[in-house]
Amino acid sequence: MTTTIKLTVNGKACDLRTDDPNMPLLYALRDQLDLHGLHFGCGLGQCGACTVHYYGEALRCCVMPISAVAGAKIVTLEGLGTPEKPHPVQQAFIDEQAAQCGYCINGMIMQAAAFLATTKNPTEDQVRQALAGNLCKCGTHIRILRAVMRAAAQLAQPTEAHG
Amino acid sequence: MVTFTFAPGPARPEAVQQTQKSVSPDEVGGFIAIDAQGLVTLYSGKVELGTGVLTAITQIAAEELSVPLSRVTTIQGDTRLTPDQDPTFASLTIQNGGMQIRRAAATAREALLTQAASKFRVARELLTVNDGVITPRSGGEGFSYAQLLNGRIFTIKVDPAAPLKDPRDYKIVGESVPRLDIPAKIFGTFTYVQDFKLQGMLHARMVHPAAVGATLEAWNDDACRMLAGYVRTVRKGDLLAVVATNEWAAIRAANTISATWSSWDGLPDESQLADYIRGAKVDRNEVLQSMGNTSEALKAPASTLQATYDFPMNTHGSIGPSCAVAEFKEGMLTVWTPSQASHLLRQQLATMLQIAPERVRCIYLEGAGCYGRNGSDDCTSEAALIAKELGQPVRLQWMRWDEHGWDPKGPATVLDYRASIDDQNRITAWESDIFLPERPMKRSGATLLAAVLAKLPRYGPSNSGIYNPGLGIPYSLTNSKLTAHWLHDAPLPAAWIRAPGRMQNTFGNESFLDEIAAASSIDPFEMRMRHLTDTRGLELLERLRQFAKWQPRGSHPRDAGALARGRGVSYAKYELVRTYVGIVADVTVDRRTGTLKVDRVFVVHDCGQIINPDGLRNQIEGNVVQTVSRTLVELLTFSRSAVTSLNWGSYPILTFPDVPEVRIDLIDRPTEVPWGAGEPTTSVVPSAIANAVFDATGARLRSVPFRPAKVLGALNLVKAG
Repeated sequence: MTTTIKLTVNGKACDLRTDDPNMPLLYALRDQLDLHGLHFGCGLGQCGACTVHYYGEALRCCVMPISAVAGAKIVTLEGLGTPEKPHPVQQAFIDEQAAQCGYCINGMIMQAAAFLATTKNPTEDQVRQALAGNLCKCGTHIRILRAVMRAAAQLAQPTEAHG
Repeated sequence: MVTFTFAPGPARPEAVQQTQKSVSPDEVGGFIAIDAQGLVTLYSGKVELGTGVLTAITQIAAEELSVPLSRVTTIQGDTRLTPDQDPTFASLTIQNGGMQIRRAAATAREALLTQAASKFRVARELLTVNDGVITPRSGGEGFSYAQLLNGRIFTIKVDPAAPLKDPRDYKIVGESVPRLDIPAKIFGTFTYVQDFKLQGMLHARMVHPAAVGATLEAWNDDACRMLAGYVRTVRKGDLLAVVATNEWAAIRAANTISATWSSWDGLPDESQLADYIRGAKVDRNEVLQSMGNTSEALKAPASTLQATYDFPMNTHGSIGPSCAVAEFKEGMLTVWTPSQASHLLRQQLATMLQIAPERVRCIYLEGAGCYGRNGSDDCTSEAALIAKELGQPVRLQWMRWDEHGWDPKGPATVLDYRASIDDQNRITAWESDIFLPERPMKRSGATLLAAVLAKLPRYGPSNSGIYNPGLGIPYSLTNSKLTAHWLHDAPLPAAWIRAPGRMQNTFGNESFLDEIAAASSIDPFEMRMRHLTDTRGLELLERLRQFAKWQPRGSHPRDAGALARGRGVSYAKYELVRTYVGIVADVTVDRRTGTLKVDRVFVVHDCGQIINPDGLRNQIEGNVVQTVSRTLVELLTFSRSAVTSLNWGSYPILTFPDVPEVRIDLIDRPTEVPWGAGEPTTSVVPSAIANAVFDATGARLRSVPFRPAKVLGALNLVKAG
């Protein structure tokens, strides 16, 4: 039986249809809303490529049943920032050229942005720990670390407000 | 004098008809079109696999044409539009593909200059070109490329002797131009193959065999019929797939269908893999490098050394499982594929489906990084077969266990070494034997999985040389010999992963040389430089010695503490003919737990002319980090029936806390030819780490991966004396 589940995605109210309340959120976002910043990597919550923000916290949507997040506020990479108004973490990833194939980068940015929202001026070791569950096979880690540290410095500047 | 004709026709790719667009690598029009607005379209058979080559190749074309980078759009890996420039592999993209494009662009520029000279009625030498506008050097009005071409396409041959721009005049090549693909990847607007949609597209998932060689005995999809969106199965031989109108329904159907497979247990015992390799059937033995007479020298009285090294199977481990979209319409197959080899894949698919290659079009779309021949082509072959059966477009994405379980594996490798050293500490003989599967060489590409499962025709053998070029040692030894023992088969289907063969060969070579240095009480740098005559190699090693602030190695171990620190060096001249790279690795070994950490890696790299320094650094960093992962962590596990390391829990890779610092010193040689950088650094990583562990502890690690149990074992051997 098809049910409709209401979500707020990137600030917009959405009605998502599913025949299965256990369908992971990932398929609703990617296939119904055509949001493909997030990626299917493992379907097991192991790699982080599918990370979105759930009330500001990093959430692996490949293992999250859609019924469990009904009514929630979700932000995806597309909602985090845009070329016109990039989130500081996105800008830092561009400044540091922190991507190779880029398939994991959604998770890196979303995880880092959620982490930096609650941790000001982290040490590099803290960033390493915060990203310890995000996998990259290209070996872009060094640039990703640099980018997150750059974003952290940017976010720590009191004069600039960031959404 | 460049012959010069144009044919009328639009240059915009969407307007180019199949009959008009040349895909010949011998023709300028194969690579380059310039439209009425002066916008350049570059057609590249080499593709962006996440390594930055899209940007680098676009830089090369823009530079040689003297147009701004922003005016060039690059189309990649479309068999209808781009020349066959061979697969994007083996660190040959810039070196070969980029240079074909440079020459085509130079031919185009020269032809336009010649045409302009005739319009100006002046000698060509009196003209200059800037931003796509040709003007007299003396100044005045000019003609733009767009005006000269007036919407026509190039119909001239690439002139192999077309003069190239003087590197001193470069404005785009040699610059760290930001990568063209990164912003879209950062904002979620990039279209990976996983994101590509066609109207009316169905979704498929595979039900792969329960064992590598199992056959499908029975299946029943009654329960699937209860699922909303379920369409049908596709079964051909041992290929079984489920199809649904949406992705989640396809996944549920794949989990729901019941399939009975025959039992099969043809894999070797995992714990005996190295012995299995050594005892496997050899197709032929081939001496790949030989100097002097080693057998005589080994007989002479001297101290001798021998050692054996082994490297396990690796999965490519792409973060995104393979995906492809296929459509079979009116006898014509079109696939959107992340394959590194569109043109080769077209041949393979045509053979498999028994249709003419002209009826197959492969269009490249980027997937997750592949680092070689991962599951992309297999997934594409399955999608193609399913689409043909359905008569409707279909998107097939593999699940995580499909990618870990069914991508062809980097083959396990065993290397044996013997050397003799005289009383003057000179190496009087060096012999090595490498055991590698021949299987990938015999085929043109790795055989498509759909052809195997569905028992369809396979594209014939022809593509040799995956492993053999340049195996050997880069040193001048009086007596040396490398023999390759080409194995009849590999336990699991095998294909190339980054620096295939070269990494394993260099691991053995550079580790064994370090053993000889230690046995002779010679500093490892000194040992290498003593046997090197190549001046670029010597220069690189000297730079590395200073860059890493290397101190001559003293007695062993360097560090007696519970946390033992040491450093090791390794050097390679890739395939003995191109890119030079040397690294020093600093490691810490916890003697109590066997935990090994790579703290820092110093890299000096000489690939000749550098196209994009930051892109090159990105690649070198990636080479180091990925190979530290392969050396310390990655290990494919399997039962007698199937791969058992089917996800990131059972096939762990290096994570952020263990990523080393990487310091890079680039040697740029703008007036030399550019060589590849996608693989060479990979080749030196495992040996540098092994040598550093020896330096720290006196223990020799000869079997990859260097997980704690193996490290403890080696430490215990030292204790036991």
